Amino acid sequence: MRLGETPSQTVGPYLTIGLAWDEGAYVVPEDTAGAVWISGTVYDGAGDTVSDALIETWQGPDVHWTRGVPGGGFAGFGRCPTDGGGRYRILTRLPEPVDGQAPHLDVSVFARGLLDRVVTRVYFPDHELANGGDPVLASVSDERRRTLLARQTPDGYAFDIRLQGADETVFFDV
Amino acid sequence: MTEVPAYRRPAAGTHPPLNTPAYRSTALRHPTRPLILLPQRLTELTGPVLGETLLSPTDNDLTRQYDGEPQGQRIIVHGRVLDGDGHPVARSLIEIWQANAGGRYRHAADSWPSPLDPYFDGVGRTVTDDEGRYEFVTIKPGPYPWGNHANAWRPAHIHFSLFGRAFAQRLVTQMYFPDDPLFTHDPIFNAVPDEAARRRMVAALDMERTAPRWALAFRFDVVLRGNAATPFEEVRG
Repeated sequence: MRLGETPSQTVGPYLTIGLAWDEGAYVVPEDTAGAVWISGTVYDGAGDTVSDALIETWQGPDVHWTRGVPGGGFAGFGRCPTDGGGRYRILTRLPEPVDGQAPHLDVSVFARGLLDRVVTRVYFPDHELANGGDPVLASVSDERRRTLLARQTPDGYAFDIRLQGADETVFFDV
Repeated sequence: MTEVPAYRRPAAGTHPPLNTPAYRSTALRHPTRPLILLPQRLTELTGPVLGETLLSPTDNDLTRQYDGEPQGQRIIVHGRVLDGDGHPVARSLIEIWQANAGGRYRHAADSWPSPLDPYFDGVGRTVTDDEGRYEFVTIKPGPYPWGNHANAWRPAHIHFSLFGRAFAQRLVTQMYFPDDPLFTHDPIFNAVPDEAARRRMVAALDMERTAPRWALAFRFDVVLRGNAATPFEEVRG
């Protein structure tokens, strides 16, 4: 039996009442060895910050995930609405290389004005060798590949998302 | 490399184009570069397991989250979550949020002159059962005005967030009510190009499930992407 899919619709401007979780940004607890903050700002095509977006991260199965159990967290899944300055942050552990790919996180961006989520990936600059052999990075032009690379910061990495414009982030058709 | 399943890409016209000029907020927020095809691999074929541990007992009854009863028409909203092959999506988190009976959201940015209801947050969660079934009890939301164009009003709707089994199945949508006269005026509803697909966002009145002298029921089935590898599995028998 084949069924037609239900269409996507925007999360609208009031998404935080339904989708914000108190501990959503904590993929791992704060005291986890090797935990890093991945933080960034979401921008629109005019360069203005987007203060009503939601960022979700997913980094695939990992033997180290022990959360997602009573009293625990979200098993490799992170979720953070952007604040008044368009900023989000997620505390996690860097993923391992997986399935022939360099360490990466899948990212969904939801917002008013996005009728469907847009999907991108975060890669890490300190995995230069693995990044060089990554088939997804290889499918992106040299000029745009840097939009998928986080920058190192004192407490982790920065990954800004530009929905539109000259430095538009690479988005994927999953 | 072993063959892994993949999720079918939906037929053209199912999802709204990111650039939909009639919905003005898309203008500066839609990517202008073509999306790059991402072959589905381990990260896309897996997803978080988010189950009952996230829930509290009144999460699927939005009329019982306070000591008093909210204003408006009590309704039952129920249905199944299926994939495009008709298989139930079991034990999967559903999140909903909505306006109250007067069309007002409990959100700091919603300030139009319609009262908040002290007994209604408009937020619910549940997990599908083994057959993919879910049920909420809530209040029928009201339509509300918005700033997209002169005298713009959204048809009544409930926002739905679904995870399915994999990152590739993630879906956020809106459930509408049958025969809403505002459909023809709404650029978000009409952003879905295919008319049959638009109808899949509209719940059906369900008299069988209606609780007499208590609550009307509406049925809303949600279909997530199906498995592209299914036909090959059938051939192998």
